[in-house]
Formats: sequence, C-alpha cells, structure tokens
Amino acid sequence: MPPLLELVGITKRYPGIVANQDVSLAVQPGEIQALLGENGAGKSTLMKIVYGLVRPDEGEIRWQGEPVVENSPVLARKRGVGMVFQHFTLFETLTVAENIALGLEPADAGRDLEGRIRELSRHYGLAVAPHAPVWSLSVGERQRVEIVRCLLQSPRLLIMDEPTSVLTPQEANGLFATLRRLAAEGCAVLYISHKLEEIQALCHAATVLRAGKVVARCDPTRETARSLAALMIGKAPPEIEHRPAERDGPVVLSVAELSLPPTDPHSTALKGISFSLRAGEILGVAGVAGNGQRELLRALSGEDARAPAGAITLAGRPAGNLGPKRRRALGLAFVPEERLGRGAAPSLSLALNALLTGKRQSLTRAGLIRRGAVERRAAEIVRRFDVRTPGIQAEAGSLSGGNLQKFIVGRELIDGPQLLIAAHPTWGVDVGAATLIREEMLALRDRGGAVLLFSEELDELFLLSDRIAVMFHGMLSPPAPVRQLTPERVGLLMGGAGFEGGAGLAQAH
Amino acid sequence: MLRLTRRTNPSRSLEILAPLVAVALTLVVAAILFVALGKNPADAFAAMFWRPVQDLYGWSELGVKVAPLILCAVGLAIGFRASVWNIGAEGQIVVGAIAASWVALAIGDGGFGLPGWLLPLLAGALGGMAWGAIPALLRTKANANEILVSLMLVYVGGFLLQYVVRGPMRDPMSFGFPQSPMFPDPARLPILLETTRLHLGFALALLAALVAWLFVARSYQGFVFRLSGVAPAAAAYAGFSRSRVIWGSFLISGGLAGLAGAAEVLGPIGQLQPAVSPGYGFAAIIVAFLGRLHPIGIVAAALLMGLFYLGGEIAQLELQLPIAITGVFQGLLLFFLLGADTFVRWRLVLGGTR
Repeated sequence: MPPLLELVGITKRYPGIVANQDVSLAVQPGEIQALLGENGAGKSTLMKIVYGLVRPDEGEIRWQGEPVVENSPVLARKRGVGMVFQHFTLFETLTVAENIALGLEPADAGRDLEGRIRELSRHYGLAVAPHAPVWSLSVGERQRVEIVRCLLQSPRLLIMDEPTSVLTPQEANGLFATLRRLAAEGCAVLYISHKLEEIQALCHAATVLRAGKVVARCDPTRETARSLAALMIGKAPPEIEHRPAERDGPVVLSVAELSLPPTDPHSTALKGISFSLRAGEILGVAGVAGNGQRELLRALSGEDARAPAGAITLAGRPAGNLGPKRRRALGLAFVPEERLGRGAAPSLSLALNALLTGKRQSLTRAGLIRRGAVERRAAEIVRRFDVRTPGIQAEAGSLSGGNLQKFIVGRELIDGPQLLIAAHPTWGVDVGAATLIREEMLALRDRGGAVLLFSEELDELFLLSDRIAVMFHGMLSPPAPVRQLTPERVGLLMGGAGFEGGAGLAQAH
Repeated sequence: MLRLTRRTNPSRSLEILAPLVAVALTLVVAAILFVALGKNPADAFAAMFWRPVQDLYGWSELGVKVAPLILCAVGLAIGFRASVWNIGAEGQIVVGAIAASWVALAIGDGGFGLPGWLLPLLAGALGGMAWGAIPALLRTKANANEILVSLMLVYVGGFLLQYVVRGPMRDPMSFGFPQSPMFPDPARLPILLETTRLHLGFALALLAALVAWLFVARSYQGFVFRLSGVAPAAAAYAGFSRSRVIWGSFLISGGLAGLAGAAEVLGPIGQLQPAVSPGYGFAAIIVAFLGRLHPIGIVAAALLMGLFYLGGEIAQLELQLPIAITGVFQGLLLFFLLGADTFVRWRLVLGGTR
C-alpha cells in the first residue's frame, strides 16, 4: 500500500536562502510522525507546501501514490489535509459555531452543525461549547475549536504546528489522548514541535530537519532527549543542571497587594498580587498564557504605571508609579514577550537597537549620539551572546527569532543589572540559544543579581528557578521552594485548583 | 487579472529612484496637456522651466519661492518620520504672518536695540507654534485625530487673517483695501543680494535644513522621534513618551511654518495682505515626501517645486495659461509619487492566484 503522503525531493528557495533542499518524507495512515528542527530549519515552509500555501520550486508531492499536480489550501482540504496553525485564526467577536461555519464549505456547514460539533467533542474528548463567544475562551479552548474545525472535515492527515506551547501539562495530555485516538482510527498526524519529551511520548517516527535538509529519520522512542537534540543542532548541547542558589541577599523587588483593573475588555485584572524577590535568586512564574502575566509584566516594567507608588518597591524605593526609564535607573532590566516591535524596532539597525535601553550618559554627548560608543556596545553584545548577524548595521527585523532574542537578552544583561525580569526568554528559540540564555540568567543570579522569570515551559522553570509561583485569573500563588514542588502539583495550580478562595489559599504544597 | 503582492525586501535604490520617475512622468503628462491646449510642449517647457532661471535675478526669485517651502517641509518631515501628521502648515504660516505683522507694527521704528526684524520674526515662530499646539493638545488629551484637526485649523487661520486685515489691522489710509500699513523699514528682512528680493529667510531655510539634518541623523532626540514613529511599542518599552514626541513634532513644524509666514510678510510682501501664501504649506507636504523626508532631499525637491511656482507665473504671462497650471503640476507630481512609492513596496503580478 502506498503511503498516504509522500514528499519527493522538495526544494524551495527564497532570495538568499534555501528553505528546503531535496526533502523527502513519507507518512503512513494512522501514523503520528514528528517533524523536528531548530528555528529556521524549514519545518513551517515544508508544511505550507503540503497545505498548498507555498509552491515548491522542485520536487513532487504524492497523495496515496498519485502525484499532486494542482495544490492550494482549498484543494488540500478537499483531499483531506487539515492544519492547526501556531497562531489561531478565529474571530474573537463570533461564537464557536459561527467561527467553525466560516471555515467550512457552505455545503458542509449545514443545519445540524451544532449537533455535529457536540458529537465530535464527545467522541474525541474535546470540550467546546458551540454558543460560547470566542473572546471568552482560554487559549487551550481556542485550540480545541481549531481542532474541531479541522476534524469536521474528516481529515486523513492532520498537521499540528507547535500545539502545546499554549497548554498546561494536563491540557497537553488531553490533546495527546485525542491525537492517539485519531491515529487509531487511521488518521495520520504530522506533529511539529521542539519539545523533545513530548515527541518521545507521542510520536511513532521522527524526521529531523537541519538547515532545510533532512539529516535523520529515527524512532523517537529509541532516542533520548539529548540524542534528539544532538541530531537537531548537529552537536550535543551543553548540559545545564539545576543549581540551587547559594546566597540569601536583600530584597530587590517587592510587590504588595497589587491590584489593577483591566485596560480593555480582553485583558485580565490583577488581583492582590504579593511577592518579594531577593538578590541571588531566580523566582519562576508559571501559568497558562492569558492569566494576567502580560498585565503583571507591564505593571512591573513601568509601561503600565497606574499602580500606587507603594505597591511596587524596587531597590528600596516606591516605584509603582514610575515609568520604564526611572525604573531602569533603579537597576531593572526587562526582556518583553514580543521581540519585534517591542523588544526591538525591526526597521532600525542593531546598533540603534543597542541604544534603545542603553545608559544615555555613556552613549550620547551634548544631545548627539556617540556613534562609536553605540557601535562598540552593539558589537560587544553580538560577540558575547553569539548573535549570528551579517553585522551591527543589519536591521533587527532581518535576524531570525532566536538570534534577535539573544541580542535583546544580551542588551539587557550587558550592563550587569540588579534585577532582570524576563518574559518567555527562550520561547521559540532553538536549543543552543536557549542553553546560552539560561546559562546567562544563572550567571547573573550567581553574581548576586535577582531574576524574575515568566515561562510557560515547566521544564525550564524547574531547571532554573529557586522558587516558583503560579498565576491564575490575575492572582498569584505564594511562591514555594522548587524542591517542595512537582510538575504535577504546579500543573494543577495552573488549572486553577486551590485558587477558589483566592490566591492566599493556593498553597503549592 | 492584475494583483499587487508585497515585495519581501523593498530596495533602497528603488526608493531613491521613485521621485525621479514621478518627475519624469509628470513632465510626460504635462507635455500631452500642452499639446491638447494647442501649445508646443518644447516651447512651453522652455518658457516655464528654462527662461525663469537664465539669469541671476531668476535664480534669486527661485530662492524667494524656495525659502518657505524648505522651512515648512523640513519641519513637517520631522513629524512625518515620527508618524505625527501635521497637514496644517498652511494655517501655521498664516498665523505666523499675523503674529509677525502685529509685532512689526507695534514696535514701529523702535526695537530695543535689536535689529527691527528680529522680534517680529520670533513672534511669527511663536504664532506658528501656538497654532500647532492646538492639534497637539487635542491629540494628547482627547485623542482627536491630528490630521483632521490640523487641516481644519487651516481654514480657521484663513478666516482669522480675513478678519484682521479688514478689522483691527487694516491700514486707515488704505482707502478701504483690506491690508495693513506697510511695515517700517527696520522690520523688513535684510536683502542678501543687492537689487534682488532674496532675503534673510532663504539663509534661515538653509540653516533650518542643516539643523534638521543634524537632529534627524545624529541626535538622541531625533532617534527617539524616529523610534516612536516606526515602533511605538518599542518606544513605550524604552520609556519614551509618545505625548512628548507629538508635542515636539507640532512645535517644531508649527514654529518653522510660522517662521516661513513671518519671513514672507517681513520679506517680499512688506505688509499683511488677505493672501500671504499661495499654498506653500500644502506644497511643502509634497516637497517633504518628494525629498524622502530627508533634509537634503527636501532642499532639492523644494527647488523643483519652486520652479513650478515660477513657471506657473510665466505660463500665465507668456502662454496665456491659467495660474492653476501650478496646482495641476503639483497634483500630477503627488499622484505619480504616491503611485511610484506603491510600486517600491508592492509588485504587480499578472494573472493566477499564486
């Protein structure tokens, strides 16, 4: 029997870069196959080719042994290819059923759509309420809507692009059960991820891409996370081990009963957040996206300075109502969630982006930019943090996500701050760069700096943090020492268990 | 079927080329227009664009036209780079002219030991700033769209001028003509070239372009303005206030436009009249974009636009064409510039859906 999908010698060139070179792979019905690779390895381009969004320069797509001559998303869907994108494509103001109807052929939408949605969600354990407006849904629920929309078209191949980056561990397990059930019924799954453990737990086969080429095919259950990572980046990644903090320094940042109303209907109110952070420790903040992390981060960075002065104390000074510049002067460095447009200006050079949060006294004279000093600073960041770029005059937007993130983290760390607040510093960053960024945060802590680390990856939080707190619905659980915690316990808190009576009761142990 | 698709990497050289293409296309269409009007295009072009600058006097007249264009355009460009859209330079010119006239008439022959034109000139700049401050205030306090507010204030400023030349500032000896008395000699701007009308305003315009270049290319505040325009979230992250950038843009562009208006009445006009500017404030918007928002490009673009003004006057005298020909040229140029800029960022694709 021929494979369900076969790619033969696919090549796709973009100006200055070969996204895919002579890539071949085959997917059998009922198989869950992982597509593994660093950022920029060409995974997304390859999936867009399968889904008909991008036309390859060379090579052939075969569907059940037959060459595919014409391809487009509409034709791919007709053939039975479904794709769940990393970034959702739902309209917030419409209901679940309306969103699903919009994605279907008019003939498929039909009258009994709600009944079919209910039946599918029961069958696959995908809880969705057809009448709920999408803006009221959590990220995990939105993803389920996207999956249900695909499943309504009875796909024979489902493509999932980094689906678990927005889920709690429990939600991820639910997703895996759904995918296994689909596979048992004969649907093939192409699963894109950089989380090695889940690939081992879920996938039957893995194709590893590096720089656009297939470098290995393997059975992930027979590999270790370390050997998979080595295949991905071409060498074994340096190992980081959890190192407990050695010192107990003075309090650098303390937040007392911080409550803020939401700024718009889709943001989260902060409710009575209290914690303190000492020099020489890393405090991890876990939580499913959309539980107030964004709002808390803005209140801490000073971009939202509505808080009463006393609610936030920075280096011993009331700082709740200070703007970002004044807080930076008190020793705060900040890595925001969004790299392009917030952490860096995409159309400006790396040199000018190095000026963005640099100390003005040393980089300007009489109101003019000291170009030599700015360029030296940018070059130093590029060198110390191994930023791969043609030069410091390159536009920030031309760097890959991981390299730009190294640049931003480097810019924030290079002046040796007292306190680093980092939002998802390794999100979407490849293994090598993530290791470097994690090492630098540990090094800052060991030098006596304080780090507040927001992350959606529990592995990362457990690896780096000395204490962990969990955000849920705008509340923060009291931080608990990491040795008293398990990922399961944190996962339950992320799902809201223990927050019923307010954050104070959400004891992590 | 024709479709536009976004270019992944718009090239810098295309961006420089676009204004030249726009100028060339403007001339082609103008030639067709002349033929349709029964004029020989070669003669018409020679009359409009060659004869005006054959002698030193012609060049000095060009300098007179170019000065207000440069002053307004470099100010506007600083705001445009920061995504602050002051469309109301024409109104700021007018209010600057009124303020300068009022001070010039009030101090008369005295001047506190200063050159007589200095205080009127400063008053003009302040008047333009004050007129620019209104959209800045409404933008930052009430989130009112600054494009609409600044544009509408052009007409308010126009009516204010009509009122003052007919009312409080009318020359009692003018036999009812709506105009102010002539300014005393010390209040008139010094002439740079004997026997011409080329005045100090031209030197100030070149100085403004130089300072603007320094501000845009080298200064820290210039960086803050640019950042606020291209990446507002990054500017907020770095702690730069958007309000300050909006205020700064309007005060700079309003002040320079007010200066331009003051230089017009204190220079070539010599009194306040019901018309102080033939649309310099609007033409400066075209000049700013034609010059790629760069001070040096703006000087070059202003020379071309100034030639359109001169040529329009000559076309009226020698070719018996209406003065509206200047507006037609400006419109064509803006149209082709916007078109050419579209093709810098987008590519025309024939047929197909891929």
